[in-house]
Amino acid sequence: MLDKNGIAKRIAQEVRNGWYVNLGIGIPTLVANFIPEGMEVEFQSENGILGMGPFPIEGDEDADLINAGKQTITAMPGAVYFDSATSFAMIRGRHVQLTVLGAMEVAQNGDIANWKIPGKMVKGMGGAMDLVASAENIIVAMMHTNRAGASKLLSNCSLPLTGVGCVKRVVTNMAVLDIKDGAFHLVERAPGVTVEAIKEATAGELVIPDHVPEMDIS
Amino acid sequence: MIKIMAIAKTIEGPEAACSGVKNGMTLMLGGFGLCGIPECSIAELVRLGVTDLTCISNNAGVDDFGLGLLLQKRQIRKMISSYVGENDEFERQMLSGELEVDLIPQGSLAERCRAGGAGIPAFYTPAGFGTEVAEGKEVRDFGGKPHILESALTADFAFVKAWKGDSAGNLVFKATARNFNPMMAMAGTITVAEVEELVPLGTLDPNEIHTPGIFVQRIFQGDHYDKRIEQRTVQTRESA
Repeated sequence: MLDKNGIAKRIAQEVRNGWYVNLGIGIPTLVANFIPEGMEVEFQSENGILGMGPFPIEGDEDADLINAGKQTITAMPGAVYFDSATSFAMIRGRHVQLTVLGAMEVAQNGDIANWKIPGKMVKGMGGAMDLVASAENIIVAMMHTNRAGASKLLSNCSLPLTGVGCVKRVVTNMAVLDIKDGAFHLVERAPGVTVEAIKEATAGELVIPDHVPEMDIS
Repeated sequence: MIKIMAIAKTIEGPEAACSGVKNGMTLMLGGFGLCGIPECSIAELVRLGVTDLTCISNNAGVDDFGLGLLLQKRQIRKMISSYVGENDEFERQMLSGELEVDLIPQGSLAERCRAGGAGIPAFYTPAGFGTEVAEGKEVRDFGGKPHILESALTADFAFVKAWKGDSAGNLVFKATARNFNPMMAMAGTITVAEVEELVPLGTLDPNEIHTPGIFVQRIFQGDHYDKRIEQRTVQTRESA
């Protein structure tokens, strides 16, 4: 079973040279820590920066320089700042090659729910709906089951949707799964996790090929 | 030859800047979280005590800063935002029904403000299709993909915050404090810009101005900026 860093490490393997990447809050943010040195990649944060760098050194933090999670950040050489309309033009206009975000539920048709739980305080969708509606390549980073142990990979989402039919790949603490033809397709299993355990933890339709390799996240 | 001059928009301070704001008006307020918010104008709106306001702003501040200050005094009737977490008083007013809240996707909010300022009454976007955001909105297919019709937003007053500005209303923003400020500046009937530094006319490089002064009606230099940080994330000198 992977921890959060393990999930981030596996997702980092999906990033290609020359890509602009938008990382959501939570596990997705950790992906930046596992990009191979020397790779040409720029991180976009939808509040208005391309070329986001690591957290500042203590004392260098700047209230005017934050990411979409409102955390203080730095800018890489070659970075650029822009307004919110330009930022979402990059996103809607498909200039960003990869979006990684968290989810509460993902359905076997690619639907995603990650912004609202009925009966609880609704904080809002932020940029998530714009991101999932337009990104060509969306990877969801999440735990396979919720705190109560129930599967988060379902035949249909029960929570209010963020986007429809948009998720292509899910990386969890147990597996890598692709979504196609209305089903989850098991691609890889996490070290030490059996196909049987993944089957058990997946409520939606799961297609299991003859051979399911173990992830290589060494 | 007739000698002409740049249109002067400098005003004394926040009091003159907020003159004309009345109960029941719709206001836009720039900023993302607490970054790039018009701190001095918000303080003046609190002092004025105007109520029944509709506020269009990406966020609603925190309990004791930003729009949270207007919420504390129950001056806001309706919020139009994309994300409103981190605010207990907001949550209380929303759950009790005192505060009306319209949550819209962040990109749609930005574009609706831009459209309002650009004379585009509405536009189609894929964001929100198939979700509750699309309820009651026209759906149309373009290139085999469904889109929803979103309308433009405008405001009686737009309050924006810039780093530098001049008497002609030209603005330059700093880093990610730019965010919603440029679009909101375009969409206000009266746009009030507060700046950290009001520089002499002619000293801003016309090549490097972010918001042209035509979108700004009033400009003043704020006398103090708190610039609070919501999430102070750092690394130690050793780990860097």
